[in-house]
Amino acid sequence: MQKVSTAVIAAENISAWYGSNRAVIDISLGVNPGEVLALIGPSGCGKSTFLRCLNRMHEEIDHTRSEGRVLYKGEDIYSDDVDPVAVRSCIGMVFQKANPFPTMSVAENVAAGLRLRGGFSRSEIESRVEGALRKAALWEEVKNKLRAPGTSLSGGQQQRLCIARALAVQPEILLMDEPTSALDPISTGRIEELMTELKKSVTIIIVTHNMQQAARISDQTAFFLMGKLVEHGNTEQIFNSPTREETENYISGRFG
Amino acid sequence: MSKADAPRLPRIQRRRHFKSLMANAVIMTLAGFAILPLILVFSYIARSGFPALNLDFFYKLPAPAGETGGGMGNAILGSVAMVIMSGVMSIPPGLLCGLYVAEFSHQKLARLLRFVIDLMTGVPSIVIGLFAYAMLVVPLGGFSAWAGSAALGIIMMPIVSRTTEEILRLIPDQLRESGLALGLPRWKVLLRLIMRAGRSAIATGVFLAVARASGETAPLLFTSFNNQYWSKSLSEPIASLPVQIYTYAISPYEEWHRLAWAGSLILVTVVFAINLLSRLLLKRTSN
Ligand SMILES: Nc1ncnc2c1ncn2[C@@H]1O[C@H](COP(=O)(O)OP(=O)(O)O)[C@@H](O)[C@H]1O
Ligand SMILES: [Mg+2]
Repeated sequence: MQKVSTAVIAAENISAWYGSNRAVIDISLGVNPGEVLALIGPSGCGKSTFLRCLNRMHEEIDHTRSEGRVLYKGEDIYSDDVDPVAVRSCIGMVFQKANPFPTMSVAENVAAGLRLRGGFSRSEIESRVEGALRKAALWEEVKNKLRAPGTSLSGGQQQRLCIARALAVQPEILLMDEPTSALDPISTGRIEELMTELKKSVTIIIVTHNMQQAARISDQTAFFLMGKLVEHGNTEQIFNSPTREETENYISGRFG
Repeated sequence: MSKADAPRLPRIQRRRHFKSLMANAVIMTLAGFAILPLILVFSYIARSGFPALNLDFFYKLPAPAGETGGGMGNAILGSVAMVIMSGVMSIPPGLLCGLYVAEFSHQKLARLLRFVIDLMTGVPSIVIGLFAYAMLVVPLGGFSAWAGSAALGIIMMPIVSRTTEEILRLIPDQLRESGLALGLPRWKVLLRLIMRAGRSAIATGVFLAVARASGETAPLLFTSFNNQYWSKSLSEPIASLPVQIYTYAISPYEEWHRLAWAGSLILVTVVFAINLLSRLLLKRTSN
């Protein structure tokens, strides 16, 4: 496959279990650098689980396991000599619900990954915090309240703060699990805008239940159904001329 | 709204108003009953203890029987020293134990530890004193500040562990996941993010444990015992406020009774202050 060879991250035959329940079934899927891949599908079809397999977060839940390979720049992140901690510092994650660290200020939140990892000078941290906040399109709004508690920001700002927090450690890939599903349309729009800017420097894989959002922001779209990958292709093609009937049904809103 | 309904509204409102007044009155009365013993105890102690309080009380040694004056300087210092020592011995392991039990609850060892801690919270303090006597006083050949502190520490440890555990359980998993997703090792996530997120509530638990240890008498009776003089080393018997109060209270001397009341007043005030302070801290940080 030509796609896999150029992909910055590619899953190969990934399956994932919760106990004996197989939530992801034999999925192979890759993204090219600088592209946005959207994962769509009805709820419970394994999008989040698949996403969490891509930075080894799935294994942090008790009684789970996975099979298959995930090649990040050609190297399998599941091979025995790879430290999951190192994997996650290259492949960051933003969650559905904004969750700033509660006892930390805006600046401390963004700096948390760097501070706790250690080895960064104060000025380096400061410039990275500003850089990350700018990339998350939040700098102008918070530059005068960097010391305010992170939780004092509005919902949309908190989510962008979480994006900044993930960006500060400078991952090459950002996994986003329904990052706007809890936000109002204006905040959602702002995050969509910043994603088109972001994809110049990071590759993004985003789970979304919002068809329009997937159509607006992604280059590639993958449609999941009951743990399986049904169809994957250019976003335009998936939305305008899907090859599979299930995809068409889902996109036209006939189920899901 | 029809015309007939209109005049009825105020009556309903009046009835509601009356009901809410009644409810308030009942609640206030019950609250009064709850607070009454506290007020009675404190005012009685204050009335009996205040007259014997003066500067001497805080830094002088006890006067020999029959003489007037003297103070509880050595007992105050002894209590402060033992509470600090027991805190140093019990708070760090208590915090770690609570963290372990809360965060690794799927492990057998964690569940066992939780059970043991539950049991420990229920052990009467006199039994803990006896235990420290057998394990420390007898082998070391005498009463000592060390043994007293260890006994207090054994009382504090499960309290600190339990509160830590309960607080950490309330912290959403999302926070742990966010930390891990930043590429941080689990131990850093736990010690520097999760503990930090719960720090003010955990501090409250620590304060309560300190308050509890400050007032314990039974475990000190046969561990640190008592000392009418300044202790020269931590391996000697050492005076403490609760034991000194006990000793004076059961003595036949009027003067010592007065000092016992003064000591009680100090002890109660300190314990109240610690409790109040920890609540204030919790309130301020949770806002
Ligand atoms: N923590 C969990 N424990 C057990 N089963 C889970 C857990 N999370 C998800 N599942 C199951 O895995 C399947 C896929 O879930 P998920 O990946 O969250 O779907 P999606 O993100 O597409 O809504 C569902 O059947 C769900 O019930
Ligand atoms: Mg999901």
